[in-house]
Amino acid sequence: MSPILTISGLHKSFGELEVLKGIDLTMQQGDVVSLIGSSGSGKTTLLRCVNLLEDFEKGSIELAGQKIGYREDGAGQRRRLPEREVARQRSMTGMAFQQFNLFPHMTAIRNVMLGLIKTKNMPKDEAREVAQKWLERVGMAARSDHYPGQLSGGQQQRVAIARAIAMNPQIMLFDEVTSALDPELVAEVLAVVRDLAVEGMTMLLVTHEMRFARDVSTKVVFMHQGRIHEEGTPDEIFGAPKTERLQGFLANSEI
Amino acid sequence: MNYDFNFDVIWRNWELLAQGLGLGLFLAIVSIAIGCLIGLLAAFGMLSRHKILRWIAGGYVSAIRNTPILVLILFCYFALPQLGIALDKISSFIFTLSIYAGAYLAEVFRSGLVALPKGLREAGLAIGLTEFKIKTNIIIPVMFRNVLPSLSNNFISLFKDTSLAAAIAVPDLTFYARKINVESFRVIETWMVASMIYVVACYVIAWLLRRLEQRLAVPR
Repeated sequence: MSPILTISGLHKSFGELEVLKGIDLTMQQGDVVSLIGSSGSGKTTLLRCVNLLEDFEKGSIELAGQKIGYREDGAGQRRRLPEREVARQRSMTGMAFQQFNLFPHMTAIRNVMLGLIKTKNMPKDEAREVAQKWLERVGMAARSDHYPGQLSGGQQQRVAIARAIAMNPQIMLFDEVTSALDPELVAEVLAVVRDLAVEGMTMLLVTHEMRFARDVSTKVVFMHQGRIHEEGTPDEIFGAPKTERLQGFLANSEI
Repeated sequence: MNYDFNFDVIWRNWELLAQGLGLGLFLAIVSIAIGCLIGLLAAFGMLSRHKILRWIAGGYVSAIRNTPILVLILFCYFALPQLGIALDKISSFIFTLSIYAGAYLAEVFRSGLVALPKGLREAGLAIGLTEFKIKTNIIIPVMFRNVLPSLSNNFISLFKDTSLAAAIAVPDLTFYARKINVESFRVIETWMVASMIYVVACYVIAWLLRRLEQRLAVPR
């Protein structure tokens, strides 16, 4: 089976600072990969490269068989794809953000419908049906006419996940989706993510929830200073960490 | 003080004053509508990646904001025709008031845009929207709701500035008040009533705009 996501030799700098120093990562359909590591290790940047929110200088990302973001022109020069093409590729990935980023002037259901209507050109009635279905799936059907400001953080995050997944992406990206939540609201969001994982959604997630990463992941990747420092099954990474760095990191994390 | 108040001449001319008030409101509404468009373009210009656009937008805003509006009105009405751009009185005044409003609204919109969390744009990108669709569906509507209170203030200022139209003989409320004053010599009565009409009109406008703000506000 050909991989759904292939990242090879990925380099990314912010000015002088190189934050990704050659990342190679492959994911098959249905894989759930957790990126762990201390802040500044590059895990969020890596995630943002996959949906082209960040551009990158070297290496390539292939999604469902397509190189994304860049192409080589006749002279072998690397060129960024036109905006329309980038937008289309981006909609093949779904992203849930740490800060939810719901559109505050739209109700929950309108938040979910926007991409369906404006990106997928779906008729309004059909978009409403699809949106309602996904809001049901994340347990938010009863609140579909509420505005983000009238919802708790956990509820907002669930709507944000519905908004992303309604676009029917090839892969879902989760960027520390529980970090901005009050502790008592974390579980409801993790339950939604877990359900998606169980149903076979391909997911790449950045998380500080080690217990959760151990439970849901098919693979765990430990990043350190812009490189993949150690990777393996959850049992290998959490049960028998090989490198000293990972051992140290895990000792300082709550499990 | 020995002055016999006599409002008869005012009541006899109430139709003129009402016409003048109506025209003033019309001028303010048209100008703020055009001003919003200019202001939006200028605000995006000031925040553009391109130096030339920033330079043009910034130059426009500071040139207009640092010129007294009466001078602008006179310039557009008397000087522009010499340069080949001849407009009738009302069009000339609307033109002036619109570019004047545009410069102030550009600043309002610019700060409104800067204050938006950048996650909004990224969330739009993440669902596959283009930059243009993000602006029209997310950025502008959210920013607009946030700046509505400043927009209301600007509209009221603009309505009061329509009194300057009298300087180029546009028949607004101030123009007719002056006419009644000159013809009747009821100086105190005329200007007292004219002031009162402005006060009441501004008060009613403010009340209406506040209701609009409440209706459009993002629910929290």
